[in-house]
Amino acid sequence: MAKSILLVGVGGQGTILASKLLTTGLMEAGYDVKMSEIHGMSQRGGSVSSQVRYGEKVESPVIELGGADILISFEKMEALRWLNYLKPDGKVVVNDLEIGSMPILSGKADYPKNAAEILEGYAKTMVISASDEAEKLGNPKVMNIILLGAIIKAMGLEEINWDKILRENIKEKLVEINLKALEAGMNLV
Amino acid sequence: MKKLMTGNEAIARGAYEAGVRYASAYPGTPSTEILENTALYKDNIIAEWASNEKVALETAIGASMAGARALAAMKHVGVNVAADPLFTFAYTGVYGGLVLVSADEPGQHSSQNEQDNRNYAKAAKIPMLEPSDSREAKEFTKIAFDISEKFDAPVLLRMTTRVCHSKGIVECNDREEREIIPYKKEIGKFVVVPAVARKLRVKVEERQKKLLEFSNTTELNFIEWNNTRVGVIASGICFSYAKEVFGDTVSYLKIGFSQPLPTEKIKEFCSKVDKVYVIEENDPYIEEQVKMLGFNCLGKDVFPSYGEMLPEVIRKSVFGETLPTLNYDEKEVVPRPPVLCAGCPHRGLFHQLGKRKNVMVSGDIGCYSLAFAEPYNAMDQNICMGASISVGHGAQKIFDTVDDNKMRVVSVLGDSTFFHTGINSLINVAYNRSNTVNVILDNRITGMTGHQENPGSGYTLQGAKTEELSIETIVRALGFKNVAVINPNDLTAVKNALDWALSLDEPSVIITRWPCALKKFSPEDKAEFKDAFTDKFAVDKDKCIGCKACTKTGCPAISYNKEIKKSIIDYNSCVGCTVCSQVCPVKAIGKVER
Repeated sequence: MAKSILLVGVGGQGTILASKLLTTGLMEAGYDVKMSEIHGMSQRGGSVSSQVRYGEKVESPVIELGGADILISFEKMEALRWLNYLKPDGKVVVNDLEIGSMPILSGKADYPKNAAEILEGYAKTMVISASDEAEKLGNPKVMNIILLGAIIKAMGLEEINWDKILRENIKEKLVEINLKALEAGMNLV
Repeated sequence: MKKLMTGNEAIARGAYEAGVRYASAYPGTPSTEILENTALYKDNIIAEWASNEKVALETAIGASMAGARALAAMKHVGVNVAADPLFTFAYTGVYGGLVLVSADEPGQHSSQNEQDNRNYAKAAKIPMLEPSDSREAKEFTKIAFDISEKFDAPVLLRMTTRVCHSKGIVECNDREEREIIPYKKEIGKFVVVPAVARKLRVKVEERQKKLLEFSNTTELNFIEWNNTRVGVIASGICFSYAKEVFGDTVSYLKIGFSQPLPTEKIKEFCSKVDKVYVIEENDPYIEEQVKMLGFNCLGKDVFPSYGEMLPEVIRKSVFGETLPTLNYDEKEVVPRPPVLCAGCPHRGLFHQLGKRKNVMVSGDIGCYSLAFAEPYNAMDQNICMGASISVGHGAQKIFDTVDDNKMRVVSVLGDSTFFHTGINSLINVAYNRSNTVNVILDNRITGMTGHQENPGSGYTLQGAKTEELSIETIVRALGFKNVAVINPNDLTAVKNALDWALSLDEPSVIITRWPCALKKFSPEDKAEFKDAFTDKFAVDKDKCIGCKACTKTGCPAISYNKEIKKSIIDYNSCVGCTVCSQVCPVKAIGKVER
């Protein structure tokens, strides 16, 4: 059976790079891999997802409703939006970050209260402070790699040579901080 | 070598391996990355952004006539623009193989309609292939060029969003270099005066017969026998979805070559299985053929007529329910619609335009389509690329026939959309004289599809410096006397320009010239817009009266805090466009001193 990893967030948060590294690692480990993303208008600050599937043989590149083994959300409300894509016994890893959408920013709607508690009420949920960790490492942008580290740990993919994958796919001057971010993410789960 | 590629990257790779020498496209989701990736094979392929899809196909036709393999790529609605050359080139046939990629959008993720371009292949009587994943996208591209040359026809390679934008593992091979076929003048093939075209018309039917024979024998169409109680016929991504849902519990007729459809294989398949499902997105293209052959099948009466045939849709349609879910009621979740970015140069215009009464804002296709929504409410309609100006012209002509008419039309479109087909519409305004106000939002790039160069940007797809077409010069050459070029972030300038244009009883053009906030600046941009996007602004909480005027600019960097009843600007998101500081009635928003 193919495994399904659903990465969701807000346009511009770096889900695409995280899923690119993830799929590259899975391919080099010998899995069949498919990945699906939607580009275009939704990228302008909208809700985005990267859907990664791997196994001996993968057919659909898209994760089915109720089909994700793990939901990694770069933002809390997005985890709620995509929650029904998770298998009932699936896991949620959610970044402790709130990004208001336009109805919230303009004061017309409220950000869901207790988003993390709601998630915990439905599924095995781990809230991690990837954004804070990224700040601690000195670059808020490595938040996505911290979350990648969390995925790797949660899915038991530590055996893959991620060091090599990162070195081959990230600009040289950013490799060290991203390696640290990956390790930090693995330690958070 | 194995690589993970999107379907679009795989087409580019397939074109490279097939010895393609020329490729052209107009950007459009979900097709854009085909040419962006083809352009990377700089040493072997001339890759260009055309001004529109018709031009893209025509230039590829020229390359084919000159003896090279050529590719044209576009989104589904782009083929409407290119349909004119397509239907006649379908008669003449090719020298060098020609493949037209049509990227359809079931589900309309980033499109204005859900048309099924398989109908184009049928109507133009040209061969069509439908890959199911990235591996097939590359292989089918190569096969399509062989088919094009073998059957003397342009080939439609029909993609859909999920094949374009999904990644899969692709085995890369070397390029097979192909010599340019020496040019030969052949008026009996390429001059489509009626006397010639009538003869070509007969050849099209002969070709169609040969293609049918090919469709029935090619391995692109194959049967996978499992149990014979249920059979599934599918093409493209629907085959992958069906395999996901049914696995090896049903038999499959997988259709990779779909114009003409393989009638004999369909008969063989349908006569051996008890029940047939036809799973396809958009129109009942295969279903109708199956039924015409006299077989019962379950198609659109079971599956939805619109949207994507995702695995959960197939499962629900066939088995009555989806996989079990957590059954979370999404009532807490607030929508997250796409928005104009912080610093978007369209913001200033639409902030002002939304305040006008008795104005129809005639819109177009681009990021600025978002102006229809809150908080701008500054767009009444949009139809297709370039239509703002011509639709606006027709509307103004009718408004003007109404007694005591107060309605004025302001037509708005982007720089790339202007070069695409808006320029034709503007010629019509100049010629037929309506007093429309025509605004060209020149953000120095093709924005929504992800920053492609265009005739006004000064650079080509493959990075060469080129002639930068001046919109102002073009507009003046068309005969417009009333032309203003303004900075759209200067709200007073925007207001004055609109007041001025709306006071005229003849047509006018306002060009708003400021770069997209996400654009990578060229050396010319750096010189012209030297202080753009360098400042940060903040709200002085003591001065803020909580009136929300700044939130009505729709900037995602600004939020209103209900508890303290004040606005807040997110430091990291702000790029210093100054628009919010201009609308604040108490001057509470100012530059952060650094």
